[in-house]
Amino acid sequence: MTELLSVSGISKRFRGLTAVSNVSFNVHAGEIFAVIGPNGAGKTTLFSMIAGALAPDEGRITFAGERIEGLRPDQIARRGIGRTFQIVRPFPALSVEDNVVIGALLQTDALDRAHQIAEQTMVQLDLIGKRDQIASSLTLPDRKRLEVARALATGPKLLLLDEVMAGLRPTETDRIVATLRELNAGGVTILLIEHVMRAVTALASRILVLHHGAAIAEGSPEQVLRDPAVIESYLGAESL
Amino acid sequence: MTAITLNIVVQGLLTGLVYGLMALGLSVIFGVMRVVNFAHGEFTVVAMYAAFLLFDAFNLSPLLTLLPIAAAFFVLGYVLQRSLIAPFISRAEHEQFILLVGLATVVVNGLLLIFGPDARPINLPYSFDSYEFGPLFLDKVRVFAALGAFAICLVLFLFFRYTRTGTAIRACADNLTGAGVVGLNVKQLYAVTFGIGFACVGAAGTLMATIADASPGLAQAYTLLGFVIVIIGGLGSMAGALIGGILIGISEALAGFYIQPSMKSMFSFALLILVLVLRPQGLMGRRL
Amino acid sequence: MPPLGRALCALLLLACLAAPLVADRYLLSVLILVFYFAYLGQAWNLLMGFAGQLSLGHALYLGLGAYTATALWTLFGIGPWIGVFIAIPVATAAGLAVGWLGWRFAIQGVYFALLTIAFAEFTRIGFDHLTITGASAGLFLSVSTPGADKWWNLGGGPLLYYYIALALAVGATLLVARLRRSPLGYRWLAVREDPEAAQAAGINIIRARMIAMAISAGMTAIGGVFYGFYYRNLFPSQVFDISRSIEIIIAPIIGGLGTIFGPIVGAIILTPLGESLTALIQHFGVNTPGAKSIFYGLVLMVIISLQPSGVWPWLARRLGLNRSRP
Repeated sequence: MTELLSVSGISKRFRGLTAVSNVSFNVHAGEIFAVIGPNGAGKTTLFSMIAGALAPDEGRITFAGERIEGLRPDQIARRGIGRTFQIVRPFPALSVEDNVVIGALLQTDALDRAHQIAEQTMVQLDLIGKRDQIASSLTLPDRKRLEVARALATGPKLLLLDEVMAGLRPTETDRIVATLRELNAGGVTILLIEHVMRAVTALASRILVLHHGAAIAEGSPEQVLRDPAVIESYLGAESL
Repeated sequence: MTAITLNIVVQGLLTGLVYGLMALGLSVIFGVMRVVNFAHGEFTVVAMYAAFLLFDAFNLSPLLTLLPIAAAFFVLGYVLQRSLIAPFISRAEHEQFILLVGLATVVVNGLLLIFGPDARPINLPYSFDSYEFGPLFLDKVRVFAALGAFAICLVLFLFFRYTRTGTAIRACADNLTGAGVVGLNVKQLYAVTFGIGFACVGAAGTLMATIADASPGLAQAYTLLGFVIVIIGGLGSMAGALIGGILIGISEALAGFYIQPSMKSMFSFALLILVLVLRPQGLMGRRL
Repeated sequence: MPPLGRALCALLLLACLAAPLVADRYLLSVLILVFYFAYLGQAWNLLMGFAGQLSLGHALYLGLGAYTATALWTLFGIGPWIGVFIAIPVATAAGLAVGWLGWRFAIQGVYFALLTIAFAEFTRIGFDHLTITGASAGLFLSVSTPGADKWWNLGGGPLLYYYIALALAVGATLLVARLRRSPLGYRWLAVREDPEAAQAAGINIIRARMIAMAISAGMTAIGGVFYGFYYRNLFPSQVFDISRSIEIIIAPIIGGLGTIFGPIVGAIILTPLGESLTALIQHFGVNTPGAKSIFYGLVLMVIISLQPSGVWPWLARRLGLNRSRP
């Protein structure tokens, strides 16, 4: 299995607070990898460093054989990493279609082709019926799907999903899980932060657990979810 | 330092204190409400004209009319905030800015309409007197103006530190949601803050009228000067506004003498650009 | 664009082309101003309405354009049709410098606006001391210079200026419409709506903003060349003044930020009203400097309070010209 993403010894401090401490892990091409942990564990900070929104203080991040730590977010996007945000950020005044087209413009400079890609993506994410709606008027689940669609339209090799299930009802969660499975089957590697264990167990082939910025467990769901350190720090008795 | 330079520096310092008072109003308004009062200089000039009119009509020294004008401006600011500005606080930043640009345009051209473009000086009996301290020749008017400005700043400092309202206002600046949660009447406090900012403008303008001639052309220059000072000193910092004012007063005076009087604002603008680029939170302000 | 809209545009254009046949000199001069402000409005709107950057210092590019071309003429006899190609790079370079300082150092919103004002003011005072262009006493285009009356030196009556201004306004609108529907236009919108999300979608936001600034500054410089030769005199205290900057932004704000027809609608509404006001006041023999500016300031305040998205979107809805995108 090839390493698509390799994170090695990554740390980040904010004025005395260590948000991420010496975290290392690899994501294989084609897998779904989940990062879990309590709030404040440093998951989003980790993501932000991979996506280029923050520069790590120490460590290396390698993607498809290339060092990417410290690059700008748009440079990283262009190298094939798409991301969604924890608090969704669609382009509010633009239509659903325009939102996705903007993502597609990363793959092509021709508007016709971009519209084609956008259309395919909207069908995949079941947004095609709302293509002309203004993004700010969408419901939360639809906005989440729009975020994913926009990131997907950029044609990424790796998709970073930051708590995409948060705030969704179980049925909606299941829908997105199914969509993500499809995407993964189509060749997109997925790295996700999640709290919703239902989704994590349904999707992830491997899990990394963060606590206070450090990795406390890594492995298959069966291994990790039975790990006593993990149960103590995060899952609690009612783990599943 | 030669005697001339020393004199210029002190002159600049004295003028700078009045600038600082004006900038203080700007800083208070921004620090608490995040409103960028683009009409600040315009209203300062209105105050200058007010002082001029009262002097012209009733021969009242600006030092006497200082407090009444400041009080009137407090009311003006309060009413303005409640009626016009309040709805804009939650709207896009550029909309609020444009509203104030429009207001500034109306005010300065209104002044032009009413008073014409010529400068209106206030000629006090002691306008040309000066105190002598060794090598220093200090203009009496400048000394009084500086003392007045300093006194008002002191009062404001005590107000914000030790009164209930002052503390409440600082709470709003610090943490708006928290302020609301503990039951502070934010709308009211905002209006009071704006009133205080305007009172500073009223006071500064009145004092300024003793050392500069009122004219509409000053309005824009004062607005930009106010911004230079607060950005250098740090938006939201009271001490910063005063220190910034003094720095600008001194550097303008020096630049005006050693380079060329008409180029002294150029120096201030270059400084503004530099500060915006290098340290936008200014000397004492909080990181944005 | 729906057929009704197309028909209206064609009609309007035809009317403008034919106007000199029936209009008197005064009306022509008002129309020239309308086209001029519509043109400048389009240029500014590109940066603000599309890329989302508030510039209150566009007078900088107006002045640089004006001074470059007029100085080339008075000092070296180089005509404006060539001079404009030098004026554009000068203003564009200034715009890129402002933009680079602003965006490279993450100066946002109001601070960016202040930066633009500072640059314009700095340049104004600088030109006040630039003896080669007459300093604060101003630069004058004499009509007695040989060749001054030739059309290629922009000499001649208002008719020439009328059609140039019309061509500029129409050209700018077509350019803006084209850019809006291009990949660049989409990227600008993304940067305006949410710069961070735009970055995550792979857009280089500094590059997008710089391109917007370059086009905006360059276009404004052309307006400056027009200004210099039309009025035939230049003073730093006028052409670089912040009132020029504010004049430029009024029409697009009133008309509708970020829309293609906003600046035109704004200019059509405001300029005749402003001029009529001045004419009316003068008719009564009253001398009121600044009355027009008071009017503009009031309109600005009213519109931004009541209808901040501008008159054009409201009008378009009424006329049924609406689509999902303005």
